[in-house]
Amino acid sequence: MTAAVVIDHLQKRYGDTEAVKDISFTVERGEIFGLLGPNGAGKTTTIRCLCTLAKPDAGRIEVCGVSVIDQPRQARRRLGYVAQEVALDKVLTGRELLELQAALYHLPRSTAQERIAQLIELLALTPYADQKTGTYSGGLRRRLDLAAGLLHRPELLVLDEPTVGLDIESRLIVWEFLRQLRDAGTTVLMTSHYLEEIDALADRLAIIDGGKVLAEGTASELKDRVGGDRVTLRIREFATDAEAAQAQGTLQDLAFVESVIINTAQGNSLNLVVQRNCNPLTQIEKTLSEIGLPTFSLAQSRPSLDDVYLAATGRTLMDAELAAASSRDLKKEKKQAMKAS
Amino acid sequence: MSQSISPSPFNLAPTAADAPEPSAIAEFSQETLALTKRLFIQLQRRPSTLMAGVIQPLMWLVLFGALFYNAPQNLFGDDVNYGQFLAPGVIVFTAFSGALNAGLPVMFDREFGFLNRLLVAPLSSRYSIVAASTIYIISLAFLQTAVIVGASAVLGAGMPSLLGLGAIALIVFLIVLGVTALSLGLAFALPGHIELIAVIFVTNLPLLFASTALAPLSFMAPWLKWIAALNPLTYAIEPIRYLYFNSDWSLGSVVMAAPWGEMNFAVMLAVLLGFDAIALLLIQPLLRRRFA
Repeated sequence: MTAAVVIDHLQKRYGDTEAVKDISFTVERGEIFGLLGPNGAGKTTTIRCLCTLAKPDAGRIEVCGVSVIDQPRQARRRLGYVAQEVALDKVLTGRELLELQAALYHLPRSTAQERIAQLIELLALTPYADQKTGTYSGGLRRRLDLAAGLLHRPELLVLDEPTVGLDIESRLIVWEFLRQLRDAGTTVLMTSHYLEEIDALADRLAIIDGGKVLAEGTASELKDRVGGDRVTLRIREFATDAEAAQAQGTLQDLAFVESVIINTAQGNSLNLVVQRNCNPLTQIEKTLSEIGLPTFSLAQSRPSLDDVYLAATGRTLMDAELAAASSRDLKKEKKQAMKAS
Repeated sequence: MSQSISPSPFNLAPTAADAPEPSAIAEFSQETLALTKRLFIQLQRRPSTLMAGVIQPLMWLVLFGALFYNAPQNLFGDDVNYGQFLAPGVIVFTAFSGALNAGLPVMFDREFGFLNRLLVAPLSSRYSIVAASTIYIISLAFLQTAVIVGASAVLGAGMPSLLGLGAIALIVFLIVLGVTALSLGLAFALPGHIELIAVIFVTNLPLLFASTALAPLSFMAPWLKWIAALNPLTYAIEPIRYLYFNSDWSLGSVVMAAPWGEMNFAVMLAVLLGFDAIALLLIQPLLRRRFA
């Protein structure tokens, strides 16, 4: 069986902006695949090219073996698309919107009615289905949009930032629903700039930044690849610079310690990378007490996706977000996307 | 949000590609009907555009009629008052204005992202978007035309025969189709609604004044006469005017004395048909612009 998505050396520029420089990845059938990256990394542009909304400048894109560029209609029949900004006609009711959507995918009337009724129930939309969508909350809009994307039972569901702006409960509902979908055989490709979302949901993921793929694999593969466990140490709730430096100097000499960084933003706590499976905590505490320093808190964990991200990009996702937020002109980007697509 | 998703018999398994593909015509009519239905639901729930669309031509009729109330008798033809002369112009101009605005809802759909819903769907042809808008605009135009014909009759312009009314409907359809297509093409091509409104603004009234809607060709400066004789609106106005003035008419009747010679009913209709064909062909690359 062909892969659900093959993207091969995709390139796309809008005006002077090179939105996608060189992106390649493969999504296997029946998995949830996450595209992780800060805002402005090229995720949405990649999705727009995949969903036939933008024409790539170069590269190959296939959906279930069908070339998106050569046979866009065939590709469209195979994919469902849930956009980042839910666009509903506020004058229509939820049910009317689904009826319109069903007709655009050429479902026979009886099939359409049946599936609309089921999806309304499944996504807990029953009390709202016959109200105008203009009255919907963010969570409702998102669920209606999900229902719309699923009416034709696509082989591939593409979601761009599916839980941005949702409350925690709505987010958990969407997560659970996507897992059910995956278990029933639908391939899910989603973008997110939430680490925990990708960590919780995605079977495999690709980290994207600056229009390029920096890493691809399962979350645990990627975590293994960045090496040892993480240890967070606090000498006191707020340690002095001298104490932190003293501890750093001593701990660095331990055989199982790979690196020690002082995190000044967190009250001079120390972040250590240690060898896997070496049970380091007792040893660290002992070493500290030998040089007369207390231990306020000490915790060991596997590397997180943020560590993976940090290793791949040289900055944390949050730093990247902040940098992107200050340098981006969203209005200009939207204008360019409308013009040049 | 307090409910959670309950287990359900809904089959979540994908089936999209296995579905048998219905014929292209069935698909086209299904998507066109659905898109048309949306426009009519919007109209039903926001009827103000309909009200304005009916009131405006009536104001044209009353105001322009009063403007030339004391014009010399027979200035516009034997036994013709200005009201009679004006009615066909208002019919065509009203239909034309409606069609010219057809692109605006599509432009707003584009700006709000709703159009993506249509573009991501496997539409058999994006001409279904054009077809739906045309059906919607033509329905409005027929309603407006009926009101104008009725009001003109009350104001003393008389009423064409039943066959004549059928011919008016055909002519209105032809002008609406071409202009709607061009307007939708602009909605796909221009950067945003500001630009589209600007184009509508500079097109609308000049095309009215450069046509025979308000005055006959014989009144005009020679250069304007040429422009008016090339203006598609004139090709809709003059045949309708002929229907208003002459109870006996045929496809061979001469309806316009253009600067280069006389043109009969059949030729005028053929020009309108040609205008539609060119408009529809012209927008094809724009509809395809993102993808086929």
